Amino acid sequence: MRASLLFRLCGLWLLLACAPAFAQAPAAAIPPLDAPVVDTTGTLDPATVQRLDAQARALQQRKGSQLQVLVVASTRPESIEQYAVRVFEAWKPGRAGVDDGVLLLVAKDDRAVRIETGYGLEGAIPDAVANRVIQEYLVPKFRNGDYDGGIEDATTVLVKLVDGEPLPAPVSRNTPRDSRGTALGALFLPALFVAFVVAQVARGLFGRLPLGVRGLLTAIAAGAAAWLVSSLVLAGLAGAVLGALVGMVSFGGGRYVGRGGSDWGDWGDWGGGFGGMGGMGGIGRGAGRGMGGGRRSGGFGGGGGWSGGGGRSGGGGASGRW
Amino acid sequence: MQGIVRRSLAVLAMLAAAVLLSGCGYNDIQQKDEATRAAWSEVLNQYQRRADLVPNLVNTVKGYAAHESQVLTEVTEARARVGQVQVNADDPESLQRFQAAQGELSSALSRLLVVSENYPTLKADQSFRDLQAQLEGTENRITVARGRYIAAVQDYNTYIRSFPQLVTAKVFGYAAKPNFSVENEAQIARAPTVDFGAAPPAPARPQPPAQPAPGN
Repeated sequence: MRASLLFRLCGLWLLLACAPAFAQAPAAAIPPLDAPVVDTTGTLDPATVQRLDAQARALQQRKGSQLQVLVVASTRPESIEQYAVRVFEAWKPGRAGVDDGVLLLVAKDDRAVRIETGYGLEGAIPDAVANRVIQEYLVPKFRNGDYDGGIEDATTVLVKLVDGEPLPAPVSRNTPRDSRGTALGALFLPALFVAFVVAQVARGLFGRLPLGVRGLLTAIAAGAAAWLVSSLVLAGLAGAVLGALVGMVSFGGGRYVGRGGSDWGDWGDWGGGFGGMGGMGGIGRGAGRGMGGGRRSGGFGGGGGWSGGGGRSGGGGASGRW
Repeated sequence: MQGIVRRSLAVLAMLAAAVLLSGCGYNDIQQKDEATRAAWSEVLNQYQRRADLVPNLVNTVKGYAAHESQVLTEVTEARARVGQVQVNADDPESLQRFQAAQGELSSALSRLLVVSENYPTLKADQSFRDLQAQLEGTENRITVARGRYIAAVQDYNTYIRSFPQLVTAKVFGYAAKPNFSVENEAQIARAPTVDFGAAPPAPARPQPPAQPAPGN
């Protein structure tokens, strides 16, 4: 009983703690990045999308650069330039350090288009050239309503431009993930260590409480500490599990002699404790998904296998209207 | 029983001390200070890029519109003044002077572009178009760089004004940095006046175009 009340309070607290993160709603939504061509308006023909997809993946295989197409209805209330910067910061197309991503953004209802280049492609696609691509390839076809043709022509030119620029050889898909793995490991182990220490202290503090409550409190303390240290939700969960185990290990030494035979009470508390853990897992997963949207470089994606590599842009490129 | 409580309290105190020591924020202050410096360098870099574009632009326009000497001289002079300003980002007055000089160049450039609208042959010139695209791109880069600098300074200022770091910052002499402000506050606050007086006495305009006006 007590345990479930505690759990509810903790759940409420966690929700409150998460509230500010949800309150920051962006002006115009940025769709999730899951393919080289993201079309939220359904304008493009599936066959075209497939060709563009193949083209972008081939370019990434060959040069390592990332060519991203995004078609949205409108970028209001922001200008297309501001929105493009935000999309670039959220998606991070191109490799980290090389910054060789290029974003072709079409705001259909605003009748505006922008080519946003990463730092590493400002030499291959200077602003003047990007402007020419827009004026000579995109705008004439867009005026006739031929979005597929315009985007296909423009991306073909962009690919050629990128090909003309000597860039570092493309790295295989696995390398960045490996480095990410070690980084994760480097965060994980200290987090678990801290969780263990905190769990020991918490077990000492809450030693007199019944088993379930003790396990739950220890789990929360250890999980929070691990999360704080690593800022990884997964590490926090692992810490919480570790904390629960540490918290539920009995002290031995006849501490509960006075309560002899209160098996039933203990059993009930166990149940409460486990319920609490289940609930925490659910919340943790929810938070994890929320954060994944914010930073796509989490590396747990899989599936289609298309995500940003950490490229950055300083606002280079050109915009045009038709 | 007592011993366990006391021992756990001791461990807690040690943990708290460790957290406070690493939490007094010296390293983070260094990191954030350096981040603002890097962001500032990028701002200067992009302003320099714009200043470097100006002579080319002036020469190109001169080829078609030599008698627009007033606008051309204004741009050249504003460009020269920008080159003279020595800016120290940590000094509010210096930052303001820098901002004023750059603002003058911005408005002179926009006047130049407005004037160039009157010369179809100039507008058709490919090198002018390229320069215009470069100028637009650079203005956008300046906007982005300024935005990132403002965010970096805000982060830094908030950090060194928060409690435990406040002491560290005082001890090591880190002060809050001045930030960019809006250049034409008074102008923005005033509602724009629209004057059709100069327009020819055309028949009543039809409906405003249905298509959304180009953003920005």
